[in-house]
Amino acid sequence: MSLENRVTEIIVNKLGVKAEEVTPEAHFVTDLGADSLDQVELMMDFEDAFDLKISDEEAGKLQTVGAVIDFLKAKGISV
Amino acid sequence: MSHRRVVVTGLGVLSPIGVTPTEAWNNAIAGNSGIDRITLLDPTDFTSQVAGQVKGFDPVAHFGAADARKSDRFTQFARVASLNAWNAAGFADTPPDPERVGVILGSGVGGIGTFEEQMRIAMERGPRRISPFFVPMMISNMACGQVAIDLNAKALNYCTVTACASSGHAMAVALDSIRLGRADVILAGGSEAPITFMALGGFCALKALSTGWNDRPTQACKPFDRDRDGFVMSEGGAILILEELSHAKARGAEIVAEIVGAGMTCDAFHITAPAEGGEGSRRAMINAMHDGCIDPGSVDYINAHGTSTQLNDVNETMAIISALGQENAHRIMVSSTKSVHGHMLGAAGSMEAALTCLALKHGVVPPTINLENPGEGCVLDYVPGSAREADIHVALSNSLGFGGHNVTLAFRKYTGN
Repeated sequence: MSLENRVTEIIVNKLGVKAEEVTPEAHFVTDLGADSLDQVELMMDFEDAFDLKISDEEAGKLQTVGAVIDFLKAKGISV
Repeated sequence: MSHRRVVVTGLGVLSPIGVTPTEAWNNAIAGNSGIDRITLLDPTDFTSQVAGQVKGFDPVAHFGAADARKSDRFTQFARVASLNAWNAAGFADTPPDPERVGVILGSGVGGIGTFEEQMRIAMERGPRRISPFFVPMMISNMACGQVAIDLNAKALNYCTVTACASSGHAMAVALDSIRLGRADVILAGGSEAPITFMALGGFCALKALSTGWNDRPTQACKPFDRDRDGFVMSEGGAILILEELSHAKARGAEIVAEIVGAGMTCDAFHITAPAEGGEGSRRAMINAMHDGCIDPGSVDYINAHGTSTQLNDVNETMAIISALGQENAHRIMVSSTKSVHGHMLGAAGSMEAALTCLALKHGVVPPTINLENPGEGCVLDYVPGSAREADIHVALSNSLGFGGHNVTLAFRKYTGN
């Protein structure tokens, strides 16, 4: 499974949105209906899935799906 | 101050004996028990292994998977029961002024299941893995907060927490609040989801639960019987729409019954045991009758707290006798519908209030089942075994909680004047 697909799967499970909605441009709050609490849980799910730590400062910048994928790639994660 | 009367114009019930008021009522009067062996957890290591569980409740079907995950079961019960009551009252298409709609719901233990689950995660994986939804899911006031969001109810909104009297208090203060003009409509009641490892284990540790009937679940709750050996825990939610009478009349609402009074007292005696002779409960009944301008001679029916514990049932019986007088106490019918639905803890008061309203409406008194040999001191007419048709006009409903909390609600059949 590609990194993109894995991230999409986590977001779909957490937010109850359709996979088609999870585009790189999609904003968690304005496009995918997340609130601040959902975002905290999402970051925890990414931490679990990819075995890394996301600081509060980093998390604050991860407002779109694409930002998350870029962040994970920059951390050297490919799947 | 003009006297604002308050009526019940909608019911919502999720209970071990049914997920609609009609289903619950039919099972209550048929004497069909909703008590089973516990399936929500493995009860093998617990002394009490039976409970009243809400059957066929699928939160995902109601809220969707993502939303269902974010609210505790007790909140889910409150949300569904509130929506059903709202619709039954005819508010779905023509909602009342949001700023005149309040929500007062009780819960004894709130999101205790959420607490346990998150505690396990924290112990296993550390505090950084505690969910951001832990606090909003756990706090007991989230049911009324969430119901307000669902139904756009913007007047007074709070949670009453008095153990097994919680929803009794919710109803009592909702009555007062409408009388005082703080709202015209209040969703009042309670919900509870206590069939969890710690809540079940805790009540077992208190020696409060029935333990001798694990192989015969439907017989476990036997209020006023000599062989009663503790209460049977159950879960669910029951919400009543309380509405100011002229508000209800103006929109042509169907009125289920009138709530005419409430009495609230405290034993100031012991943390769990009732006061000698049920004196706190006696005063709650007297206060409710006084508040509702009810002469003890006109009471027809009492829906008892009737938990099926040794202490409660005999003390409540003494309280009824001393509140109404010997003659009246022996004339009236008293029943414990807990015998079929078990003890819904913080939701018990409103569940029993709902059944009491339906008893007045239909002219049928639901029975106390499993009562074959009255216990010592249990000397009243508890309507054993089968329901009774009776032209009843005035009924009381008792709720008593750990902490010495006593609430009695007084209802009258609504006859149009």
